[in-house]
Amino acid sequence: MSPSFKRPRKILSPPIIKGFKPFGGEADKHNSEPILLLFEEYEALRLCDYDMLTHHQAGAAMGVSRPTFTRIYASVRQKLAQAFAEGRQIIIEGGKVYFDSEWYHCNQCGCYFNHPEPHTKARQCPLCGSHEIAFSESENGLAEESTEVDDFCFCPTCGRKAKHHYGSPCNQMICPDCNTQMRRNRMRGCKNR
Amino acid sequence: MKVAITSTGNSPDSMLDPRFGRCSWFVIYDTETGSTEFIPNPYKNEEEDVGLAVVNLIISRQVKKIISGEFGVKVKSLLDRRQVQLILLKESGFTITKIIELLNH
Repeated sequence: MSPSFKRPRKILSPPIIKGFKPFGGEADKHNSEPILLLFEEYEALRLCDYDMLTHHQAGAAMGVSRPTFTRIYASVRQKLAQAFAEGRQIIIEGGKVYFDSEWYHCNQCGCYFNHPEPHTKARQCPLCGSHEIAFSESENGLAEESTEVDDFCFCPTCGRKAKHHYGSPCNQMICPDCNTQMRRNRMRGCKNR
Repeated sequence: MKVAITSTGNSPDSMLDPRFGRCSWFVIYDTETGSTEFIPNPYKNEEEDVGLAVVNLIISRQVKKIISGEFGVKVKSLLDRRQVQLILLKESGFTITKIIELLNH
């Protein structure tokens, strides 16, 4: 069986240091192997214990599921405890991650822009100065893989159609016209088969 | 504050270059003094690691914002770490003059 796909983890703010060194006691005599902390583990600890998010919220912020987040978090706790107990160095590096800041879209000039300071919100467009900006869910301004598939979600009450997006179930969408749960347009799939 | 704009030519009437790493020229615009400087892109025809080289060139000029049509994945994370703001203009038809006008709103 092939291993399942490992989703890249989103890092909102990379660590400002590369690691930690123990001091005093036996720390200098012991020249043992350092503990490698992955970027995603650092981020998990930061989101959960520094920003005080729940595992659910933190998982969403990193683009992974709640169980995956909990696994990453369990691993960082274990590694830190080991480093403290054994007086070992901690080095933060590696992991399957990508760095990201939040993306916005300006309705005035049509540009997309990011906001490098993750702890504040953007207020105006950096290009035209307009306040008509909207939070852009993904980096759809960038040449990223599109989630749009050649199928429709439809509303069973009013028949409204919307493009189906891979990874977002139709039954979680609500029709903006009549507030009913949307459904996948199964007819089309049948014809193609 | 300095803003870098990717350009297809070395005149203010040139169009915005939709590529970042392999654009023809960079325009460094200073929002305080209003001065513009055109720098040819020395890495335009390189095959590899253009993004990194270009980012270093841009960083050495203390640029805080970059306007282009598209950024690669590697460049994006590099610039994110250096707190440089990226602005993407997807629509064509923006000249350097027009972008500078927009910046001055």
